[in-house]
Amino acid sequence: MRRLLLISVPYLWLLALFLVPFFIVLKISLSDTALAIPPYTPTLDLGAGWAGLKGFFAELDLENFWFLTTDDLYWKAYLSSVWIALFSTLLTLIVGYPIAYGMAQAREEWRPTLMMLVILPFWTSFLIRVYSWMGILSQEGVLNQFLMWSGVISDPLMILNTNTAVYIGIVYTYLPFMILPIYAALEKLDISLIEAAEDLGCSRFQAFWLVTVPLSKNGIIAGCFLVFIPALGEFVIPSLLGGSQTLMIGKVLWEEFFNNRDWPVASAVAVILLLILIIPIILFQRNEQKQREAEG
Amino acid sequence: MKKRMLTAVASVALFAGAAYAEEVRVYNWSDYIDEELLTKFEEETGLDLIYDVFDSNEVLETKMLAGGSGYDVVVPSGTFLQRQITAGAFQKLDKSKLPNLANMWDVISERTAAYDPGNEYSINYMWGTTGIGVNVGKVKEALGEDAPMNSWSLVFDPANMEKLAGCGVHFLDAPAEMIPAALNYIGENPDSHDPDVIAKAEGVFMPVRPHIQKFHSSEYINALANGDICVAVGWSGDILQARDRADEAGNGVEIAYFAPKEGAQMWFDQMAIPADAPNPDGAHKFLNFIMDANNMAAASNYVYYANGNKASQEFLEEDVIGDPAIYPDEASMANTFTTTPYPAKVQRVVTRLWTKIKSGT
Repeated sequence: MRRLLLISVPYLWLLALFLVPFFIVLKISLSDTALAIPPYTPTLDLGAGWAGLKGFFAELDLENFWFLTTDDLYWKAYLSSVWIALFSTLLTLIVGYPIAYGMAQAREEWRPTLMMLVILPFWTSFLIRVYSWMGILSQEGVLNQFLMWSGVISDPLMILNTNTAVYIGIVYTYLPFMILPIYAALEKLDISLIEAAEDLGCSRFQAFWLVTVPLSKNGIIAGCFLVFIPALGEFVIPSLLGGSQTLMIGKVLWEEFFNNRDWPVASAVAVILLLILIIPIILFQRNEQKQREAEG
Repeated sequence: MKKRMLTAVASVALFAGAAYAEEVRVYNWSDYIDEELLTKFEEETGLDLIYDVFDSNEVLETKMLAGGSGYDVVVPSGTFLQRQITAGAFQKLDKSKLPNLANMWDVISERTAAYDPGNEYSINYMWGTTGIGVNVGKVKEALGEDAPMNSWSLVFDPANMEKLAGCGVHFLDAPAEMIPAALNYIGENPDSHDPDVIAKAEGVFMPVRPHIQKFHSSEYINALANGDICVAVGWSGDILQARDRADEAGNGVEIAYFAPKEGAQMWFDQMAIPADAPNPDGAHKFLNFIMDANNMAAASNYVYYANGNKASQEFLEEDVIGDPAIYPDEASMANTFTTTPYPAKVQRVVTRLWTKIKSGT
């Protein structure tokens, strides 16, 4: 009995925080728009009993999903989001790995401080930090002022409102999610393995490439998923830092919802986004499980 | 113990109920009021005023259609108001609680009745035009002394836009105003609901699109004032606020607003009470407070928008009532147009076109 109770906790969690909201969205994606409150029809009327339930299901259809295939905007937006998320994950890895490596190499008494420094930005609101980037990157912003003052450039660089700014924003925001798992993997690394490799004739770089990197693989994978998954559906960063040409599915979803007042199509977009995300999430789960088994 | 707990719960519930009744929640556009008025309202009525802001009709509309927004007073523009009334989002005003209705200006009430017949659901807060704000110095630098600043060709002619791209151009992210402006520019009916006519707007935007830095509906105030951008298609009062901020900063930036000679859209922001407002009584008090001649004048003097309040006009400062960019003379008034709400099918065409214009896809 107790065992059953223990097992049921994560499932209840999953049910309440994932499945129930998902089915609400799925239900809306199968209905039609209406000029009413809420702006779709049919709404479930439990008062009418069995007949009401039957009538409700009879009115649902897949029309909105078909609609998504009639316009190339949607798959282009999905593709472009996947691309932006992949590229920024790669950038985050390139920036994050050396930082994590440096932290793991630092003297023992320094590590808590370094860890603190990585986490510290979270003490400020995410929105304020993105707005500060607008102040840094804008035409008359700090960066341009500095570069012009130092004579590196003569005309201000156009960074804000471009994809470059989006990449900077995503890398900056998600960097700790990359650093922490890699650091956790590197910290556990047995230094004698590197020494052994060097004794056996590896150069320092070879030892790093053949020993350190493979042993931190799980940290890298975990970090990449933790960055990729939220970056794919990102809305705030592209809408604040990105320009009009930045096409991401989060923005398309917003437009369906707010400009078209078409909750059913917006929900259909969200359902597909979730299906796309399920693949990396399952891969991530598998990786975690393999790791646990290896350790156990 | 249990009994004591119950009493505690009951008193908390009571307290919460009481606190709720004393609150009035207002959802208005950003940069749209003299904040001293908010304190004045609290002092006069003893009610707690919670004042939140938005910068797009779409955001407000989604909240209204979702229901349960918790707001007592909201401020949609005319076409949006009309559609939301149809959806049943608002309650009729209790005019017996609004003695200051006598202050309202019939010239404006007649026009707003097109959206809200008989003005049964709303009062006019402010109105204005959608036009062009320019950084005079930078635009002359880019286009020469005879830059067509009072014409839509400044932003719709690719030759001009190419030269302006370097100093930065923002467009409003408001398809219901940008598309009519483009249609008006090419001599079509700006209020057309015919998808074939609306599609012609694409031809206006596509050639200038690469030169537009951003589509946004509130950032341009600061961006213009700081000198970050040199041209913005925006709302009259917002651009005049940018002018003032630049003056205050003393950064040498000179901003001017133009209602283009080809015609500018005139719009009306209306205060209304949601059907499910928690405190409709407080909402009426707020509306009546706003319609007071002195208060309304203070608001207009602060934000540089014209209002629909006749009695307030004697309290308006000369640089507000005397500025044709704010209170247009009759000739310019005749040179404005208004629009009506798009039906759902046409709305989809408009939004899709707008996405294409913004993203190129």
